Amino acid sequence: MNEIKQIVEALLFAADTPLSVERIKDVLEDEADIRAIRAACMALRLEYDQLGRAFELREVAGGFQFRTRPELADYVIRLKKTNPLRLSRAALECLAIIAYKQPVFRAEIERIRGVDSGGVLKALLERGLIRIVGRENLPGRPLTYGTTKRFLEVFELKNLEALPGLEELALEAGFSPSPPEPPEVFPLFGQAKEAARPGPEAEEEVLDEGAAAEDSG
Amino acid sequence: MDSSVKPKPHPAGSGGPGPTSALFPAGGPVILSGVEETAYQVKLPIFEGPLDLLLHLLRRNEVDIYDIPIATITGQYLEYLELMKQLNIEVAGEFLVMAATLLHIKSRLLLPSAGPDEEAEDPRLELARPLLEYIQFREAAARLDQRPWLERDVFMRGRNDEIAQPENEPALFNLGLFELLEAFKGILESLSQRQSLAVRVDRVSVRVRMGELMDLFRQQSELVFEELFEGDRTRTQVVVTFLALLEIVRLGFLHIHQETVFGPIRLSVRREAFRLEEG
Repeated sequence: MNEIKQIVEALLFAADTPLSVERIKDVLEDEADIRAIRAACMALRLEYDQLGRAFELREVAGGFQFRTRPELADYVIRLKKTNPLRLSRAALECLAIIAYKQPVFRAEIERIRGVDSGGVLKALLERGLIRIVGRENLPGRPLTYGTTKRFLEVFELKNLEALPGLEELALEAGFSPSPPEPPEVFPLFGQAKEAARPGPEAEEEVLDEGAAAEDSG
Repeated sequence: MDSSVKPKPHPAGSGGPGPTSALFPAGGPVILSGVEETAYQVKLPIFEGPLDLLLHLLRRNEVDIYDIPIATITGQYLEYLELMKQLNIEVAGEFLVMAATLLHIKSRLLLPSAGPDEEAEDPRLELARPLLEYIQFREAAARLDQRPWLERDVFMRGRNDEIAQPENEPALFNLGLFELLEAFKGILESLSQRQSLAVRVDRVSVRVRMGELMDLFRQQSELVFEELFEGDRTRTQVVVTFLALLEIVRLGFLHIHQETVFGPIRLSVRREAFRLEEG
């Protein structure tokens, strides 16, 4: 086990891209199985965390990679004499829409944002954060966009599923993701709405599951 | 007296009780008095689009997205557009479309519904739905911003020139502008030795020539500097080709390199850039 861990550590150190467990398995061939490699990665991650080193092992874009701690960014930037990555708010909005709705075409992005987004899209393409993934089967066959692996790498995301849920985001911004129960003064309204949405039952179910999980755990 | 700064009257339909000066109290237009009483500046918060502005108004009025006081919000929205006009800021078309939507919803709220059979949906939902969608993605964008970014907050080992700064990219100036100009001069001088039977002057734009050069590099990933000028017969053509080359290099599609001091200048394709361009 110790030996595997060392081998894995060496590979991760020498690699210049995030290494997936599968990729490490390719290198080790029959010397270790996937589970052992995964366990070694996890153990390493924990160790680096506990050692309080300047860098840590992070899960990025489906693999593992050593990265410096955010607190030290100022110093590393000084060493590199580079301009740190910067994206405008418009660019981030576009990127977020693409990340969640991919494949998505330009008109849809602009509908959501309410403003022209051509220039922003171009900038994101140039930075390699998004790519053209195909064409929508609509009049004019508009190009559709998706995020790249680089997007996951830059934003330190394990995969796209690691993005927070949209409804949760609305709630945290202080907005309910669905309309409230209409007041009783308008019975017609109320009936229509109640039939239309799952209503409180669905929420209760989720709560019950949570409670059950707590009980068993 | 300073009559020019007095608040303008409310547009009709504005439900807001406060005076105009209280419209944008925080982060709103800051009125900075100059030395002269007549000289004043107004700073407007910059809104990305109509939804951004609308959201700002909702937050400031602390209203529920599903219970928007349309009259108040429409009034304030139009006031803002008016302010933009007064400041000679061009009001983008999107802002006007939203104004029309707001007024339309407002008018429908005033009219009684056509009958019991009609879909009894609150017309304000037409506003709430896109707003909510926008809020979600705006929040998602804010979350992305908070993440530890590579090359901003966290760094990996060694160089990562793909994201990093353009100044480290092997560019023109690593080779030396003078070497390149020297080579260019050589091409111009060789022109006089070439046979020329040109009767008609072809006007070639830099843009067109860029496209041709790009096609050339799609076929061949590396070319020697001189090869680019092979088809050129006139001084203008050579200049246009040279300018097109500079532009392509500036856009980051090519590497320029020279192995030895007086060796051939080679141009090679930066594959990652071409891949991006082609999607």
